[in-house]
Amino acid sequence: MSIFEDITAIQNIIYIVASILFISGIKMLGKEDTAVKGNFLSAFAMFIAVLATIIFIVDPVILLGGILLGAIIGSTIALKVKMTSIPEMVALFNGFGGLATFLIAWSEYNSIPDNYFQYLLVMVTIYIGGVTFTGSLIAYGKLSEKLKVAKTSIVAKIFTTIFYGSILFLIFSILLPFLPALGFNFFTVLLAITLLGGIGFVLPIGGGDMPVVISLLNSFSGIAAAFAGLLLLNNVLIVAGSLVGASGLILTVIMAKAMNRSINNILFVGYASASKGSSSEEQGEVSPINVADAFLILESASSVLIIPGYGMAVAQAQHVVRELGELLEENGTEVKYGIHPVAGRMPGHMNVLLAEANVPYDVLAEPDDVNPIMDSVDVAVVIGANDVVNPSATEEPGSPIYGMPIIEVHNAKTVFVLKRSMSSGFAGVQNPLFFKQNTRMLFGDAKESIGGLVSEFKD
Amino acid sequence: MEIYALLGFVLILSIYLGLELISKVPSTLHTPLMSGANAISGIALVGALVLSTDSNLQSAIAFLAVLFASINVFGGYLVTNRMLKMFKKK
Repeated sequence: MSIFEDITAIQNIIYIVASILFISGIKMLGKEDTAVKGNFLSAFAMFIAVLATIIFIVDPVILLGGILLGAIIGSTIALKVKMTSIPEMVALFNGFGGLATFLIAWSEYNSIPDNYFQYLLVMVTIYIGGVTFTGSLIAYGKLSEKLKVAKTSIVAKIFTTIFYGSILFLIFSILLPFLPALGFNFFTVLLAITLLGGIGFVLPIGGGDMPVVISLLNSFSGIAAAFAGLLLLNNVLIVAGSLVGASGLILTVIMAKAMNRSINNILFVGYASASKGSSSEEQGEVSPINVADAFLILESASSVLIIPGYGMAVAQAQHVVRELGELLEENGTEVKYGIHPVAGRMPGHMNVLLAEANVPYDVLAEPDDVNPIMDSVDVAVVIGANDVVNPSATEEPGSPIYGMPIIEVHNAKTVFVLKRSMSSGFAGVQNPLFFKQNTRMLFGDAKESIGGLVSEFKD
Repeated sequence: MEIYALLGFVLILSIYLGLELISKVPSTLHTPLMSGANAISGIALVGALVLSTDSNLQSAIAFLAVLFASINVFGGYLVTNRMLKMFKKK
């Protein structure tokens, strides 16, 4: 055996070890006690896989330079970013992974594919990688509130059309070798229309549906890496990419189930056309409450459930919320947090915000845990959440959100709803909760209202 | 073509394995899992490192692929680690 063959054998063994470490790592990442270790294990797997690849490096100056620069940029962003900007950061990094696979497939196309199957893989990898890239950038823009485009705007419609056009062009490109030769450079068109199509894929999707989109893009980046692995005949790319594809898919399904909608409906239909059905006429008097009265009720409560939503993130109220929770506990009240899976703009958004504010994760409960004991809750405090506590989902078969699993706060003895105005939630559906006998509305900025309660407790 | 059949087999098994391993995730870990998985998708770096650098165009493509995959890897792992460190039990 030549030395070259020895090195290839060692490289393959290292790739197998790395694959096993990736598998254990992602498994450990799914459990609270082992998650930190799991992430470390997968980072180690990445390290040895890259190390084993560098042995065969063609152009050390360019490529090692790229790693170094990427390490500096990536680390700086990751260490400097505020914890509240995590959702958009994850979207941005995800996009960069997609871009890398897009470039890999482009490079392989330039090296002239040997057979049709390789050609097919190049086309598909370019498409998934490219859509992941620009789609994630749009998600980044939407999550960081830098980009605001209405679903019904003309720009959104143009890009949606381009997205459908890009699918047709992909199919055309795949069939091209069987068609007569063309007079134009189809490949450049494919690169461009793919990137524009990715914009059109995400642009019309509303903020409340972001948890689903971002999980799906996460899945795509993995699938793209796995296809790149097929193209380069590289095992570790296939295994690692597939694991990411699977985990993203699981999150996508969890999110869609938590909204009781199909993935198709979220991506291509949206609430706007779904909500033409019966809209609730049940209006009535709302009962507002002020901070001083709310304090008196909270002070005598023996159990309080806090339900945060996107409004808490917008108001940056998580720290005062934690403070209120602690003061209530000192006062002898049992405090829990009810977290709906799609509250916020990404999977687990509320959990991250509350963790940042030092709320321990074992007081966070899921809807299935709190709904059965809801009638023993003295006060449910809804902070900037709307659709996830809308009783129409259980009471009104005609409602667009009927069937969606909610946190059934209307069964609690008293409900406080902290809200800036009477506007409806993301789904555009009126919320009968606001008009219930046991509901009190505390209007104003969530941070100020909770802050007011905190100072009442301190006096 | 045989190699593709074999690798396709690896692909399908890995997806199935992933689905089985992660099917029950507590909602606290939804964001870290996504962010951690995202860092793993930076494995594209391994593919980027073996790209050809024959021409100027090819060198530029390879450099950019390595650069962006590296940002994904380093940024992804560090952000996940920072996030997980925040999660505390009572």
